[in-house]
Amino acid sequence: MKRFGTAAAAIGAVFAVALPFFLKPFGIYVISMWAVLTIAAIGLNLTLGYAGQVSLAQGAFVGIGAYTVTVLMQAGWPFAAAFIAAGVLCFAVGWILGYPALRVQHHYLAFVTLAFTTLVFLVLRNEEWLTNGVYGINGIPRPVLLGWPTGKALNFYFFSLGMLTVLSLAAWWMLRSPWGRAFIALRENPIRAQSLGLDTRRYTLMAFAIGSSLGGLAGALYAPLVQFIEPNSFGLGMSFNLLLMVIVGGSGYFFGPFVGALVAVLLPEWMRIAEGYYLIVYAALVMAMMAFCPSGILGFAERAFKSASRGSQPAPALRAEGAGP
Amino acid sequence: MASFIQLLVSGLATGAIYALIAVGFTLLWQTSQTINFAQGEFVMLPAFFVLAAMNLGAPFWLAALAGVVLSVIVLGLLFKLIIVDPMLKYGVLPLVISTIALSLFLKESAKDFYSSQAQPFPALVPPTDIHILGATISTQSLLVLAVAIITVGALHVLLNKTRLGRSMQATAQNPTLARILGIPVQRMVLYTFLINAVLVAIASILVSPIYLAKFTNGETLGLAAFTAAIIGGFNQVRGAILGGVILGVLDNLSAAYLSSQYRGAFPLLILVAVILLRPQGLLGRVEERTV
Repeated sequence: MKRFGTAAAAIGAVFAVALPFFLKPFGIYVISMWAVLTIAAIGLNLTLGYAGQVSLAQGAFVGIGAYTVTVLMQAGWPFAAAFIAAGVLCFAVGWILGYPALRVQHHYLAFVTLAFTTLVFLVLRNEEWLTNGVYGINGIPRPVLLGWPTGKALNFYFFSLGMLTVLSLAAWWMLRSPWGRAFIALRENPIRAQSLGLDTRRYTLMAFAIGSSLGGLAGALYAPLVQFIEPNSFGLGMSFNLLLMVIVGGSGYFFGPFVGALVAVLLPEWMRIAEGYYLIVYAALVMAMMAFCPSGILGFAERAFKSASRGSQPAPALRAEGAGP
Repeated sequence: MASFIQLLVSGLATGAIYALIAVGFTLLWQTSQTINFAQGEFVMLPAFFVLAAMNLGAPFWLAALAGVVLSVIVLGLLFKLIIVDPMLKYGVLPLVISTIALSLFLKESAKDFYSSQAQPFPALVPPTDIHILGATISTQSLLVLAVAIITVGALHVLLNKTRLGRSMQATAQNPTLARILGIPVQRMVLYTFLINAVLVAIASILVSPIYLAKFTNGETLGLAAFTAAIIGGFNQVRGAILGGVILGVLDNLSAAYLSSQYRGAFPLLILVAVILLRPQGLLGRVEERTV
């Protein structure tokens, strides 16, 4: 299974690099969007899939990141500095939002984060002096990095892909470290984790803050990609979408967000013939998946793979359910 | 003062509608641990059933009845059989995701198969105004209040004064014990789903003449219902009623006296405060946690 997973990831990587050369600019835009949303979904997967905290606020963090980078660049900051500032700001806000998570669990937390998303939306809409209100901000420039302009669709795609690679390697490293193990312990049995001496308070806040900062960094790429931001883009719809991406791909699987974001980005394009009906089909697919295989596409693949190779090799014992390929 | 009374009455009417929706929401939670993220869309949809029946030539009263019946079948029976039952064994989260998808499904279906435009919906009473103490109060608001009070009263009698209702309460409090006592637990759970469907249908018929029937109606109504249920207490019917009324009144008063731009924010701030300071809600019981 492990070797199979590595092979699949390698094939995916080759595809990600080669694919844009065969696409028109709009196709490149779509896969750039995939790269950007995957970053946000990786962040949510840390919070939800590994630490087990249900958050409906990831869309709001993408929004905070997008507005931060735009406003700071308008104020004359270089992109790199604005990008880091977006991550830091979302880390701080995520840390604060994590405090309710210490007191309440599961569905209550879903509602607190839902309220947070709505509040962020109201601020973005009403504080016109900062965000230009409902009109949004137009003509956001794409950055020039060390003399390399990312204005062209292809260049920006490779920039996004590069950021995705760097950030997902960082997430991978973190999940292999004691921190990542602590996150999983937190999800599996918080009380046991505490009795083993883990500082559950700190790790819960950390899971929130790191997940949120990845959302902010995704937003900081979203703004120059779309070159137009408005409050409506970052409402509850975006948060629900990101949540569905993580779940559809397979929450708690490292590559779940990659797969989930791909489905969410490609499905509307494939189903262009069906016009508005694609959302109906998408929603129906998600419901069917929840009924038959709540562990997502990768969970389904793992199960199929295991039942195909049963007998030839012993199943890896003692691995936490869904701890990644 | 006159304007305060006006705002208070219309706030109470809004709150009564929120309360109806929130009560159904808490009933589902109590008996089956279903957190219905599609509850708002459940309120949006029956209005379209009614309109569709009227398009077929039915008079309003018949169409309204058809709306309630259809709602009981689709949003009560089918919802439980198709969505909830297959997923209960996986725990709370997959069902939450599924109801989020369901809300999207219902919203887009109403948009694509009926109309994306707001549809006028017949009022239950001719919209005239009554003058009391210098305040102008619409008959609409009074009717909403009256219907809501009757509905909640009937529900109260059903839950507390009948054998059926007490069996349902037993099911909510301790399903295992209820089963031992010979209560058909599954059927009781089904009844709460049917009751929820009736409540949302009534709310839909009350709210649509005011807001018009639109596919996006569920977003605000659903959020209001969650907020009301949590403020009042997730596991108490009377908590949901209190929460709904507080929310409706507060919404109207804060929009008038504080800031209309941020009117959506005040209920949410109260929600966060309640969750942090009294997570079980104003009237709720503390639920035991299992290790």
